[in-house]
Amino acid sequence: MNNISNIDQSLFAKRKRANKIGLTLSMGAMLLGMVFLFWILGVLLFKGLSAIDLNLFIHNTPAPGSEGGGLANAIVGSLMIVASCTLISTPIGVLAGLYLSEYGDRSKVAAVTRFVTDIMLSAPSIVIGLFVYALVVAQVRHFSGWAGTIALALIAIPVVVRTTENMLRLVPGSLREAAYALGTPKWKVAYKVTLRAAKSGVMTGILLALARVSGETAPLLFTALNNQFFSTNMNAPMANLPVVIFQFAMSPYDNWVDLAWGGALLITFTVLGLNILARVVFREKVQG
Amino acid sequence: MSNMKTMFDLNRIDSHGGTVDNTNQQSGQAPINALEVRNLNFYYGSFQGLKDINLDIEQGKVTAFIGPSGCGKSTLLRTLNRMYDLYPGQRAEGTINFYGQNILEPGQDLNLLRSRIGMVFQKPTPFPMSIYENIAFGARLYEKLSRSEMDERVEWALNKAALWNEAKDKLNQSGLSLSGGQQQRLCIARAVAVKPSVILLDEPTSALDPISTGKIEELINELKTEYTIAIVTHNMQQAARVSDYTAYMYLGVLVEYGKTDEIFIKPQRKETEDYITGRFG
Repeated sequence: MNNISNIDQSLFAKRKRANKIGLTLSMGAMLLGMVFLFWILGVLLFKGLSAIDLNLFIHNTPAPGSEGGGLANAIVGSLMIVASCTLISTPIGVLAGLYLSEYGDRSKVAAVTRFVTDIMLSAPSIVIGLFVYALVVAQVRHFSGWAGTIALALIAIPVVVRTTENMLRLVPGSLREAAYALGTPKWKVAYKVTLRAAKSGVMTGILLALARVSGETAPLLFTALNNQFFSTNMNAPMANLPVVIFQFAMSPYDNWVDLAWGGALLITFTVLGLNILARVVFREKVQG
Repeated sequence: MSNMKTMFDLNRIDSHGGTVDNTNQQSGQAPINALEVRNLNFYYGSFQGLKDINLDIEQGKVTAFIGPSGCGKSTLLRTLNRMYDLYPGQRAEGTINFYGQNILEPGQDLNLLRSRIGMVFQKPTPFPMSIYENIAFGARLYEKLSRSEMDERVEWALNKAALWNEAKDKLNQSGLSLSGGQQQRLCIARAVAVKPSVILLDEPTSALDPISTGKIEELINELKTEYTIAIVTHNMQQAARVSDYTAYMYLGVLVEYGKTDEIFIKPQRKETEDYITGRFG
């Protein structure tokens, strides 16, 4: 009964074999990725969790040779730099994405913008750090929080531009037509209807850009540098988590190394949280 | 309520001629044409989509365009509010007179034109905003209304689209929360709220179930007392039920155009008869 006469048994067996091989390979690849991800998370948790306590959030980075200390200045610095980076890159990125999708479309300017954005997306972040160093730091002759903000914004903008454009392109043309059919002027169609329809996708892009820049080290090394003291002055060198981790992890002091682990754990889970938030925001789109 | 309505009708239609008024037919005067299409040719790039179309769309009547897929009926509808203008490479030649003004002339304000000639599409397209805002969106474009006037307008438009009773308790909910048939009536309400004089319907019921379709057909009958309506439909029974005039198109050519009764009972041309009797298409 299982043997249906017109099926060639050898072909059938061959296909089953190929299926098994394919499945094994992809499972292996997935496992390989998962192993490293959980390895990293595991080590981070193991080493970093012990460093996370109230002191981490209320004390500043310790001087060489002194006991204890925390990351308060670095946390506040990172928050300020990333927040101002978001304030700068969101409007620029969203407006540029809107231009590419709604106005430029097939024009030459749009094609060039798209090409440059794609290059910027994959530009090594250290190059961007050096660029801002030459452009800002070398001109004003001191490192500053603003320089760090600019460097991070240069990394975030292309991410926002491309996700905004892609999300706007997902909005069906029929919705735009419906808006035009009421006599709506073009800018109003773009801002009030199309952008609104793509809102959650655009938000997702902004969150992903945020997640991307909050772990960047190289661009800050050349721009915001670091500051051993608590400072909210964006015109002065500013402490920030990635650079503190970078410096402390290579230091000979045990308490510094512990703080570096704590900071690394903090950043990793912030980025993880942002990614999860981005997914939740995007899923809400389906429910309208 | 009715006072407000009359006032707006007068205000808005002045610029293009008289208000929609059926009395002239009853008193035996010559019918008024809302739109007169003359020698219209339409091109998608190098492909000719419409060939030398001539027809009149009478004010206060329902005109149906029928024909097999790709015959140009939607294309014709989309020339009437110059919707095709959104796409480069599409162009129309000839004249389309809208109460005496050639809308194909360069220099037309297309946004204003489209506020006068509204359109509803095949797929319901509520905007991603509340039911109230969906209606208010269009009305706000060309009129300054106070909060209470806008409330009245929204209620009036939803009533026109026979949606008020179903929507009045959830005006602040998303337009996307409505069912497909309700969404389409919302789109009709949205078009009506702008107070156009002509409403173009591009297969408005082809995505809907029979009950919703029935509601929309009733609606078309209601609306034609105040608006001029042009409807594209794949459904010949629908054309027979709702329209006063029917145009049969094939391969970009207007094959036959006349009173719906005459077209369906004794068509003049063999092709029309073949199509409406189902021997073709």
